[in-house]
Amino acid sequence: MTRSDLVLSSVTKRFGSFTAVDDLDLTVPEGSFFALLGPSGCGKTTTLRMVAGLEEPTSGTVHLGDQDISGLRPYKRPVNTVFQSYALFPHLSIAENVAFGLRRRGVKDVKQQVGEMLELVELEQYAGRRPAQLSGGQQQRVALARALINRPQVLLLDEPLGALDLKLRRQMQIELKRIQTEVGITFVHVTHDQEEAMTMADTIAVMNGGVIEQMGRPLDLYENPATTFVSNFLGQSNLVGGQVLERSSQSVLIDVHGSKLLAPSDRARSAEGDVWVGIRPEKVFLAAAESEFDDGSNLLAGGVVTDVSYVGVSTQYLARMPWGQELMVFEQNTGARDSFRPGDRVDLHWMPAHTFLLDATQAADAGVEKEEDL
Amino acid sequence: MSRLGTRRWLGDRLVMLFAVLVLLYMLVPVGVVILMSFNQPASRQGYTFDAFTLDNWTNICGPYQLCDSVTISIQIGLLATVVATALGALMAFAMVRHRFRGRGTANVAIFLPMASPEIVLGSSLLALFVSAGFAGQLGFWTIFVAHVMFCLSFVVVTVKARLAGLDPRLEQAAMDLYANEWQTFWRVTFPLVFPGILAAALLSFSLSFDDFIITNLVSGQTVTFPMFVWGAAQRGIPPQINVVGTIMFLLALALVVIGELNSRRRLRG
Ligand SMILES: Nc1ncnc2c1ncn2[C@@H]1O[C@H](COP(=O)(O)OP(=O)(O)O)[C@@H](O)[C@H]1O
Ligand SMILES: [Mg+2]
Repeated sequence: MTRSDLVLSSVTKRFGSFTAVDDLDLTVPEGSFFALLGPSGCGKTTTLRMVAGLEEPTSGTVHLGDQDISGLRPYKRPVNTVFQSYALFPHLSIAENVAFGLRRRGVKDVKQQVGEMLELVELEQYAGRRPAQLSGGQQQRVALARALINRPQVLLLDEPLGALDLKLRRQMQIELKRIQTEVGITFVHVTHDQEEAMTMADTIAVMNGGVIEQMGRPLDLYENPATTFVSNFLGQSNLVGGQVLERSSQSVLIDVHGSKLLAPSDRARSAEGDVWVGIRPEKVFLAAAESEFDDGSNLLAGGVVTDVSYVGVSTQYLARMPWGQELMVFEQNTGARDSFRPGDRVDLHWMPAHTFLLDATQAADAGVEKEEDL
Repeated sequence: MSRLGTRRWLGDRLVMLFAVLVLLYMLVPVGVVILMSFNQPASRQGYTFDAFTLDNWTNICGPYQLCDSVTISIQIGLLATVVATALGALMAFAMVRHRFRGRGTANVAIFLPMASPEIVLGSSLLALFVSAGFAGQLGFWTIFVAHVMFCLSFVVVTVKARLAGLDPRLEQAAMDLYANEWQTFWRVTFPLVFPGILAAALLSFSLSFDDFIITNLVSGQTVTFPMFVWGAAQRGIPPQINVVGTIMFLLALALVVIGELNSRRRLRG
């Protein structure tokens, strides 16, 4: 292997009897923008800290290319971290913060490199200030510059944008992505914000309870979630209980509360007995009750609109189905037709190709954003 | 002006007034000391301002033993400060950074000298020195040992507070940025804890310089400045004591001003 991919093999970390990271296998390809996505407390920081050497794995190894770095002290690893709280040195100027890594490695003339790095993050005029005199967004960029200047093989970013307000966060996401493309260093970006992960990363690993639930390109994760957790944590999903009636190499036929629905076989994570039939809210069309369809759509009839929220680009409906469940439908506000009102009787239909099937033993509300998390 | 506005105006002025009164209350004794340093008392027992003179300032060492006692106090103060600060800072690091058996007990034990009455500490120290056979050698070194002992608690507590407030991620960030343990300590930990150590040293010096009760019990024939003042007060205080007091006050003031200017300069960067 000549590439220096970052490889975690069967990494476990226990704090006392509590398992924070459980038998984790992970390969981060060299040069990629990799996102580790998961809810608070799922073990993301712990995973990063084990890569940085700030935490020792209870078992398992961390490799960087051919080299086993598991036993190395943090300062021996070609890895740098942008800490969640930035951890800038309060007693040093911005320039000295950025120069810190170079100086420790005995680089004599740091001035030019520091200047270039501050230019990259657009903070040239702040070189002489102290961290406390900068805004949150500026501190964040100093933390980034301080790590990047060392040209690590892997840059670890622990929720680097978490403390910024929404507008600044969006701006920094674009900025970070630009910088990563420019320097070509492997970025491992930890976040609990699914939108951030999807817009920035080439590859996302969705983490939950110390294990990786699914890993892949953002599009694949969104379109073809492997677990109920992923289907709910990345965007939103309707999950309806059903039983598999027939399966072929092409498709699976499912009975859902009396309706016969089709799903492609390659989107079925489970194709036997009870399953969750999943469909994204924006893939569903609403039609007035008893409209005729013969286009082969999946159809769930007999809904009643219970809630309509207008959010500008789209309108979000909740429809109560005969079996009591409320399903979500997001409709673009194209202006082509009038919207429905609460109390309207509607049918829901969508293309079978958009349907996915999940294991019914998983909780349907795993990964749903709860009120208190917001 | 509305009624609410009036009340507000009055409230603001009242707060200001009280603040000024409290400040005055705190500073009046200092003002009196400065004033009295220029006093030429009419009689030995005089506590009133009789006439203005510069004699006290030109002849500080006039009263018998005054300058000797100040010298001894400063010597003991400096020595005790250096030793107590060094030992105490090391203890604080050990107690914050290392989990060892008896850490909880050590934490309580370190508070005991602060919590026990000085008269108790002093008499038990005296008993200790005497029973250890130092009855004949009571003096400079027994005072020094006693002062190190009670300063130590204050140093440990002060440095510990500073260390506990130090974000461990700063040291981790240093290590992440290629600083080994030694470099991390000298480049990050020590500079960040230094204000705590400095504060502990200043506190130690003033505690030592000031101490009377314990010192009096273990001093033998040696006379420190507070003991000199006490002795003099029985006979009538020589005005030169006020000169020494004024000088000490000005030194402390200078230290505070320098510290303040320093931190402002740093902030401006
Ligand atoms: N030093 C520690 N001691 C005990 N438990 C810890 C320690 N560090 C983390 N944990 C626990 O491990 C779990 C994962 O933590 P963390 O990796 O910080 O999560 P995340 O970064 O995903 O929010 C949490 O439940 C946390 O309480
Ligand atoms: Mg975290």
